[in-house]
Amino acid sequence: MTIDKAAPASASVLVVGGGISGLTTTLETAEAGYEVLLVEKNPYLGGRVMQLNQYFPKLCPPTCGLEINFRRIRENKKIKVLTMTEVEKVEGSKGNYAVTLKISPRYVNENCTCCGACSDVCETEIENEFNFGMNRSKAAYLPAEMAYPPKFVISPEISSDDKKRVQDACKYNAIDFSMESKTITVNVAAVVWATGWKPYDATKIDNLGYGRHQNIITNMMLERMASLNGPTQGKIQRPSDGKAPKTIAFVQCAGSRDENHLPYCSYICCMASLKHATYVREQYPDAEMTIYYIDLRAPGQKYEKFYKKLKDDPKVFFVKGKVAEVAEVEDGNITVTAENAVSGEKVRQTVDLVVLATGMEPSAASDKPNADLTFTEDGFIVNDFKKGGMFAAGCANKPADVVSSNQNATGMALKAIQTVVGR
Amino acid sequence: MSNKLGVYICKGCGIGESLDCDQLVKVAAEKRAPAVIHDCLCGAEGVEVIKKGIAEGINFISIVGCSKRVNFDIFQFEGCMIDRVAMRENVVWTISRENYPAKTENDDEYFIDHVQLAADDYIRMSLARLEKVKIPEPFKLESISKKILVIGGGMTGMSSALDAAKAGYEVTIVEKNSTLGGYASKMRKQIPVGEPYETLIPTMVAETIKDVQSMKNITVKTNTVVARLAGQPGEFTVTLKNPSEKIEFDVPFPLPDDMKVDANGKEYDAEKLFEIYKEYNKGKKDVLTLDPNGELFGAVILAAGWRPDVLTADGFAHLGVGDADVITNAQFEEIAAKGKIVRPSDGKEAKNVVFIQSPGAGDDRDFNYAGSVTSMVALKQAKYVREDYEDGKAYVIYQHMRTPGLTEGFYKNMQQDTGVFMTKGDVTSVEKKGSQLLVSAKDTLLGENIGIKADLVVLAAGMVPATVDDPVVNMAYRQGPGFRDNDIYDGYADSNFICFPYETQRTGIYAAGCVRRSMTIEESMEDAAGAALKAIQCIDSVNRGVSVHPRSGDMTFPDFFFQRCTQCKRCTQECPFGALDDDEKGTPKPNPTRCRRCGTCMGACPERIIGFADYNIDSIGSMVKSVWVPSEDDYYGAPMRILCLYCENDAMPALEMAAMKKAQINPQVRFIPVRCLGSVNTIWIKDALAQGMDGVFLLGCKHGDDYQCHFVKGSELADVRMAKIGDALGSLALELERVGQFEVAIDDYDKVPGIINAFVDQVVALGPNPFKGF
Repeated sequence: MTIDKAAPASASVLVVGGGISGLTTTLETAEAGYEVLLVEKNPYLGGRVMQLNQYFPKLCPPTCGLEINFRRIRENKKIKVLTMTEVEKVEGSKGNYAVTLKISPRYVNENCTCCGACSDVCETEIENEFNFGMNRSKAAYLPAEMAYPPKFVISPEISSDDKKRVQDACKYNAIDFSMESKTITVNVAAVVWATGWKPYDATKIDNLGYGRHQNIITNMMLERMASLNGPTQGKIQRPSDGKAPKTIAFVQCAGSRDENHLPYCSYICCMASLKHATYVREQYPDAEMTIYYIDLRAPGQKYEKFYKKLKDDPKVFFVKGKVAEVAEVEDGNITVTAENAVSGEKVRQTVDLVVLATGMEPSAASDKPNADLTFTEDGFIVNDFKKGGMFAAGCANKPADVVSSNQNATGMALKAIQTVVGR
Repeated sequence: MSNKLGVYICKGCGIGESLDCDQLVKVAAEKRAPAVIHDCLCGAEGVEVIKKGIAEGINFISIVGCSKRVNFDIFQFEGCMIDRVAMRENVVWTISRENYPAKTENDDEYFIDHVQLAADDYIRMSLARLEKVKIPEPFKLESISKKILVIGGGMTGMSSALDAAKAGYEVTIVEKNSTLGGYASKMRKQIPVGEPYETLIPTMVAETIKDVQSMKNITVKTNTVVARLAGQPGEFTVTLKNPSEKIEFDVPFPLPDDMKVDANGKEYDAEKLFEIYKEYNKGKKDVLTLDPNGELFGAVILAAGWRPDVLTADGFAHLGVGDADVITNAQFEEIAAKGKIVRPSDGKEAKNVVFIQSPGAGDDRDFNYAGSVTSMVALKQAKYVREDYEDGKAYVIYQHMRTPGLTEGFYKNMQQDTGVFMTKGDVTSVEKKGSQLLVSAKDTLLGENIGIKADLVVLAAGMVPATVDDPVVNMAYRQGPGFRDNDIYDGYADSNFICFPYETQRTGIYAAGCVRRSMTIEESMEDAAGAALKAIQCIDSVNRGVSVHPRSGDMTFPDFFFQRCTQCKRCTQECPFGALDDDEKGTPKPNPTRCRRCGTCMGACPERIIGFADYNIDSIGSMVKSVWVPSEDDYYGAPMRILCLYCENDAMPALEMAAMKKAQINPQVRFIPVRCLGSVNTIWIKDALAQGMDGVFLLGCKHGDDYQCHFVKGSELADVRMAKIGDALGSLALELERVGQFEVAIDDYDKVPGIINAFVDQVVALGPNPFKGF
């Protein structure tokens, strides 16, 4: 592959987004013999799944598959990758699109050997978005251990003193502050949008208290906490005091299946919370967990088995009922109030930590591609196979788990190829 | 062309500070390999230096610097064999000078410079490897068929055929029934597939059949099944037949386990087994006999679909199973497709219908093989009741309404219909009350037990994949006619990999639709496109002579030195991908395009006759032997040498991430990456111990049902082999503790240094290998 060097003027297929879906579409297309240009807005590939600790139901690390995929990319000459790149607009039509790309400066060039000397001397700290702001990172940083391409990044927020320091520290002339953002145009036959999703902004769900109470976190924050490379080096703890939680409430459908927020089901949150219960259990054999749900969506043989495993845990409780309100009580503890839909009783439970199973919002909802596409009311890209030419893969198209996203992304590779063949 | 060695040593990233690079040049010189030192090889200037060497004829190049996981594109040179020595990761970062200072003037000749010794060894290992490898040339079939066979003419099959045909491929669909359409043609309507999810849509069957018939490059064969599929991707020889026929090219089946043993449970000997096997498959040609009239195909899509589950009274008596008016969703669909909903018992209008989603009896799981499809089907069928009768009432009793993702919209719309009543509930009984049925449920959302009088009760039976009843593909493979691990997935032809959903362990054959998981029509069609892509990709890869995933693009393939084969059949039996078929004597017949290049056969072979151009018994064996094993003659308290063979897919990156964090590894270990632990031949371990190394351990992936091995069985097989090597060690009077195998996931980078160092401590405690110095 070629990374971030001379950008190509053309490719057969453009894939927008280098998360798991975009990677899959890219690889499956290229390994069938077609040229692919993959653009990713972050400085690294892997997208959302890079932030995950484990996949359900296998409880295996996402980096395991990513490593194989990165190797496949590395060894395939038909793939070109541009990171820190966004699509400004798409013009033209099926078989012949002119795509304007904006490439932001990394301030690190291809000379980077990933030695880490710049980070060692850098004093400026920036908000760590990868960890949802739970800690800060150096302004010269490697986004993650497994980051691909394995090159450092320098934030524009770096102080001028640090600019000099990092440049002096780099022995390989890899730091270049003269880099500027640039705009290029590429011609492609087909475009696959794999722009993915972002966690729904939990501060919008007023009754669930996120942002007001420290010990109410989101499912993705828990995911980062449970990750070895996360803000707590893998330890699940209360944000307020770092204590080990003894009681945890999981609030399902935090935003999802709610007309005021996300009217659809986000597909993954039930399974994700069940998975999170296994994370907690591994660290805290005695912790009590209650999962408040509307319906436990664990369909199919594999997911039912996983759900059963949690049902067999005597300290994991399931309550059918939507959490109506939360309140902070003493010691940062949180009282959740819900109605048990089966018994009709009002449940009030005080716990050490509340985890909101926030749903997925398509990235295109807030950052609409400037292209001739059809969107649902909620911002998912509708696939119009009759029209063809441009397709959405993975969660850009609909909420989905990783395995379905990969299936979908593989299929979209073929749809793109059909466009190239038919050109 | 002769191989000309060249060594390029990078001083960057701390290598120059840590190591005496001139010493490394001397080590290379022992192997008559010229070596060049450069400050930063990966920079433009450094690359030019290498290119200059190449221009002068150097083609077997050892690049001493960073791991092959980084700067891959920079150090790629056409026509050259490249060996990357991860000096930075395996030496400089993990054996720090702070802990192991360099020799000073005050030190005598017996000073042990651990860091330099390790570096010297890695140079030797690299050169030893380069002497034993060849530049791979792709395996090309003489002629290749690019045609795709689709098994199953339902919506999935037709859809995949259309998708492949639109990409320019010729496709044949075989359908066992007399018409195309599959189950969807028996349906009244289909659940909505897009906003606003309000109305049911006509099934797409007729339209899809028309599309299929209009495509010139699709051939349809109805009343046809696959009798056998022989050969390999790019040249599958397929015998088709009428479903009712019995023919000599019906695929032979392996003996069931209970036929392999005598009355006392003792396994028969090989000769007797073969005799029984022949008798068992009487009238069928052996797997290696190709049908001269067979049709050639390049790749296969398995879209054999599903059948409605049969619910019997013994399992579900409490649900009234056995009563004529207690039916499954599939039976209901058939009634609905014919006309208005009526009762099977008396043909009367069924206006009050109860749909039961979960068997209940205290358990909230759905019926087997349900998936989320049955929830949506119940909603659809409730709507039929409402369509047919203005005063019709549908009751859906569920444990969990499973309408994931955007299909929630359909559920929401159905909730608006006042004639559809839905509640969570645990159904306790279904009883006959006069001409009606009384459905009782507890733990409902009404806060009380309920009883509903129904004309008809519909149970949400699941969708049983075709592969539960029959292998369907009928592969003429020695390992058997069906996919191998289906029992892990309750009979589905599914993948165990979340990241790689089309992995079937049978290269060139890809499953799609409900044979993989219960899916809606919409989902099946999407899945069909994915499987079609994989089929096309496999054909393209075979055409280029390269491997498919996970070693995509690999041009090597296993080479056999048959003269020394002892027909032990281990390679045939252990290959995770069924790439080998042995003949009646037991000599393996390789099928290179089925192969994924993991090297499990190489690891299995006791005669060591299997190898790859750039990875073979000798290349790794020579690396092992090139490690210098110091003894008491060399040093007082000579350091130990412990060999680690580790999986390059997961354990190696884990260790490199640990290295990046400057985790410290005991300097007595020497690391050699392997394609998969399955490729580890125990001879390497024996050789290492025989030359005086003090211990050997393997690092590989998790095995078991949730295996993480990218080659499915590799780490598991290594485990079995290691157990056996233990016996051999015992007979040599070497302690079993000198060998070990550990599971390391890629994110275990915090644990892996501890695992390694603990093993070293264990070996150190045993003392030096008594064979040292012999």
